[in-house]
Amino acid sequence: MNMMSPQRQRLVVIGNGMAGMRTVEELLKRAPQRYEITVFGAEPHPNYDRIALSSVLAGEKTLEQIVINSREWYAENDIRLIAGDPVVSVDRLERTVTSASGITVGYDRLLLATGSKPLAPPIPGLGLPGTCAFRDINDVEQMLAAAATHKRACVIGGGLLGLEAAWGLKRRGMSVALVHLMPTLMERQLDIAAGTLLQRDLDRRGIAFFTNGQTEEITGTDRATGVKLADGREIEADLVVVAIGIRPNIDLGRAMGLEVNRGIVVDDGMRSSEDPNVFAVGECIEHRGAVFGLVAPIWEQAKVCAAQLAGDEDAAYVTPALSTRLKITGIDVFSAGALNAADEADEEITFADAARGVYRKLVLRENKLVGAVMYGDVADGGWYFQMLREGADVSAMRDTLILGRAVATAALGTAAPDPHAAVAALADSAEICGCNGVCKGKISATISELKLTTLDAVRAHTKASASCGSCTPQVESLLAIALGGEVQKPAGEKPMCKCTTRGHDFVRKAIIAEEIKSIPEIMRRLGWEKPEGCASCRPALNYYLLCAWPGEYVDDAQSRFVNERMHANIQKDGTYSVVPRMWGGLTSAKELRALADVADKYNVREVKVTGGQRIDLFGVKREDLPAVWRDLNAAGMVSGHAYAKGLRTVKTCVGSTWCRFGTQDSTTMGVKLEKMTWGSWHPHKVKLAVSGCPRNCAEATIKDFGVVAVDSGWELSVGGNGGIHVRATDKLCKVETEAEVLEHCGAFLQLYREEARYLERTAPWVQRVGIDYVKQRIVEDAEGRRALHAKFLHAQQFAQIDPWAERAAGGAPAEPFKTLVPAE
Amino acid sequence: MDGMTQASRWTVIGQLGEIPRQGARVVATAVGDIAVFRALDDSVFAVEDSCPHKGGKLSQGIVHGHAVTCPLHSWVIDLQSGEAAAPDVGCARRFAVRVEDGRVLLSVPGAAS
Ligand code: SRM
Ligand SMILES: Cc1cc2nc3c(=O)[nH]c(=O)nc-3n(C[C@H](O)[C@H](O)[C@H](O)COP(=O)(O)OP(=O)(O)OC[C@H]3O[C@@H](n4cnc5c(N)ncnc54)[C@H](O)[C@@H]3O)c2cc1C
Ligand code: SF4
Ligand code: FES
Repeated sequence: MNMMSPQRQRLVVIGNGMAGMRTVEELLKRAPQRYEITVFGAEPHPNYDRIALSSVLAGEKTLEQIVINSREWYAENDIRLIAGDPVVSVDRLERTVTSASGITVGYDRLLLATGSKPLAPPIPGLGLPGTCAFRDINDVEQMLAAAATHKRACVIGGGLLGLEAAWGLKRRGMSVALVHLMPTLMERQLDIAAGTLLQRDLDRRGIAFFTNGQTEEITGTDRATGVKLADGREIEADLVVVAIGIRPNIDLGRAMGLEVNRGIVVDDGMRSSEDPNVFAVGECIEHRGAVFGLVAPIWEQAKVCAAQLAGDEDAAYVTPALSTRLKITGIDVFSAGALNAADEADEEITFADAARGVYRKLVLRENKLVGAVMYGDVADGGWYFQMLREGADVSAMRDTLILGRAVATAALGTAAPDPHAAVAALADSAEICGCNGVCKGKISATISELKLTTLDAVRAHTKASASCGSCTPQVESLLAIALGGEVQKPAGEKPMCKCTTRGHDFVRKAIIAEEIKSIPEIMRRLGWEKPEGCASCRPALNYYLLCAWPGEYVDDAQSRFVNERMHANIQKDGTYSVVPRMWGGLTSAKELRALADVADKYNVREVKVTGGQRIDLFGVKREDLPAVWRDLNAAGMVSGHAYAKGLRTVKTCVGSTWCRFGTQDSTTMGVKLEKMTWGSWHPHKVKLAVSGCPRNCAEATIKDFGVVAVDSGWELSVGGNGGIHVRATDKLCKVETEAEVLEHCGAFLQLYREEARYLERTAPWVQRVGIDYVKQRIVEDAEGRRALHAKFLHAQQFAQIDPWAERAAGGAPAEPFKTLVPAE
Repeated sequence: MDGMTQASRWTVIGQLGEIPRQGARVVATAVGDIAVFRALDDSVFAVEDSCPHKGGKLSQGIVHGHAVTCPLHSWVIDLQSGEAAAPDVGCARRFAVRVEDGRVLLSVPGAAS
């Protein structure tokens, strides 16, 4: 409990965002007992990492993962949080603030951190359902909801936010158009050459660009239906995201009579010019004529403001040099300072390697670096940025400077070409993580003090690389240096788990190339650090071997998760559930009778129809499993593999046999697909469905492989799933005959089996490699398709053995099912 | 050790060969199910068949080295000490077990058998 001292002052913070809460954190570090703190937040959430909204949208992080200060944190620090209740007025004479719901709190010191608002230009139609900005959780939730139910998005604005929104929506399976007013993207941070490269790469990833586009109207009456440009171009869209910029949120500051220009005017101590008890930080302020839109300067403001609040009247803020990165996976952009030579006295040096997609430009003034733009390879961004901030004289390496740190310093005779050298050479004060303002010295010290050995641990303890992630390589280098350069990583790929430095793709390739045929052999040959691996790598290796050497590799039961070892699903009380296959969702009186008999005989506690169109028997004891299976086998039923990283169900609808709308016999098609695919093992579970018409009652468009019948044939689509992140399938193609459906399905599944990483479902896999790649392998390359299908069928020869029959008949060890009985 | 407060006695529960390497078998006793593990190097361990987290059947987990990963939520339990690996905190009760002439003997507490 807190020792209440009578002289504790009251601090009220308006704005529960990144600037406000960082200031509070800094304040707690300096003077934990000085204030009794109340925080008002307009949003109903605790403080979260706004930067990471882009990662949430792209499906790389969940909302839970981006919370910075949980509600428990507020409670532990004795801070009163009033969330979801904006402050509507401040009385500077009485020193009180009042919220929308009528809560009034008095203060001795007031901190304004109200952030900014998205620019909302007067475009007709803005505000219709289906339009939103990209600023907060609410916006992201709107976008995710739209992505789940609609197909086409249009983003207005080709700056950092607009591009990250467009990419996130693309990752969510929408087709995305982007309208930008200027001729090139991110023109404030990138020169024309880099902006053009960026557009080319994103265009290849399937985003359609409308540059020089002035939005005239968002069309639609009940909901947005599209965007109309001034030059007559029209874009159809069910979702329109407006991300053309921000403006400081000064409403409250102005209403309470503070001096306000573009932002709330503050001095070097973050104090408002009108009232010494009122401070402001973050995007809502204006300092010496500048306003802010990145967190790096805001962290500085937070430090200064906290120092002032703690009584250090000398603390003064100076805007640091700023750099920008774009958080789109696989696209590396860096920019700092001037983009172009300002006049003839400035020099521009450029370097372009079109084949590698690398571009670099440096701007020099009086032998100093004043600007850097990099595209493609940004590893040296931090090095350039440090010289830029320090105003270092670069004349000695003028000729090789553009080639990057390794070459430039080697030319000076100072360094060997070591991958970590660039980072090693940085001063301790050099900033590594721009998002969280963490410098090299802090990271290195934390690594050695706490003896950290993994990237995740460094992230947890320093926050470096925990937000946008673009400094990950540098942080990894620091870790490598600290650990004596021992952490070697095969280029770019994440290790499978803590037992190895090898990534999934590397291991799979090695298995084939070096003909490795057992788990111990993989571990030996590829240098596993833990000789027996762990529960995460062993199942993956077992699968990779099984997929690579069908008929040859002998499955390692001890490397399988219990469900696959026992061929039943373990329940929380240790009993099992049993789900027999019901082909295409069809059953019969005989099967139902057998199920009823089993349920009685073995005291099955619950019988349930599953979401996969079959019947689940719950609460079966481990010892009873073989007998249950024997009885079900006798009625012709086999394992439904409801437990497998493998083929689960093929859902069907009634189709043309009965349904008045049915165009084809979807049930028979489903049964044929299930007969072909049952028993197959995959990187993750696989579900198919066949609907008899586009009404799609079998929900085929959220399955791994979906088939929808139309008058003239079958529409095939892939890469869908339900789950936390629902994803609708991407269209593959349309085919006419049943044989073609089977061939496309087998080929697609084999491609997935061979190329996806373990525990990667088809949806994230298709998203990662792109539907165009899948189409090229399965649709365009007919010969390749037939070969893949043939490989699938070959593997099935060895996979289609009913595991239940095998165990019920004693063909597999019985030990796992029996309890040992003491001898005496 | 754990059995100190209760009378316990050594009981033959079966042959070593009946427990799969990197696997476990369950023994039903008066104090509940006990999981008897056999590691790849043939060392044998016995802990209660109930994870300190939420009671998952440890006998059904994946065994690696002298540790098992619980099948329910993947806690890793050290078989020697019964302790959960950091950051998780908890301890599964251990029992004495030894192998003699290929037979596995378990010190069963309160064994009425
Ligand atoms: C039994 C069943 C619920 C029911 O009573 O209806 C079920 C039960 C479980 N589902 Fe499911 N899912 C069942 C249909 C579904 C469906 C519906 C469908 O297939 O059309 C979905 C959405 C479709 C999809 O998969 O995309 C579904 C999406 C999930 C997910 C999310 C998958 C994803 O990719 O995000 C999980 C979690 C996971 O696998 O990691 C999951 C995981 C589970 C697990 C395995 C949880 C676990 O690990 O223990 C549950 C096992 C229960 C058990 O012991 O039997 N279940 N699950 C359904 C069995 C179907 C069957 O006959 O085999
Ligand atoms: C999608 C996205 C990606 C970004 N990516 C990056 C990046 O990669 N790098 C980078 O440096 N920056 C990035 N930014 C910018 C960064 O998030 C902001 O600079 C930072 O959040 C500003 O902090 P702030 O506290 O001033 O404002 P905010 O974080 O917006 O906090 C202000 C809070 O005040 C609340 N508020 C407003 N008025 C009231 C009131 N009257 N009463 C109570 N509460 C009120 C608001 O609801 C809000 O929660 C990104 C921003 C977004 C939206
Ligand atoms: S929805 Fe959740 S609780 Fe229900 S079966 Fe699926 S995993 Fe279990
Ligand atoms: S019960 Fe073992 S990890 Fe949860």
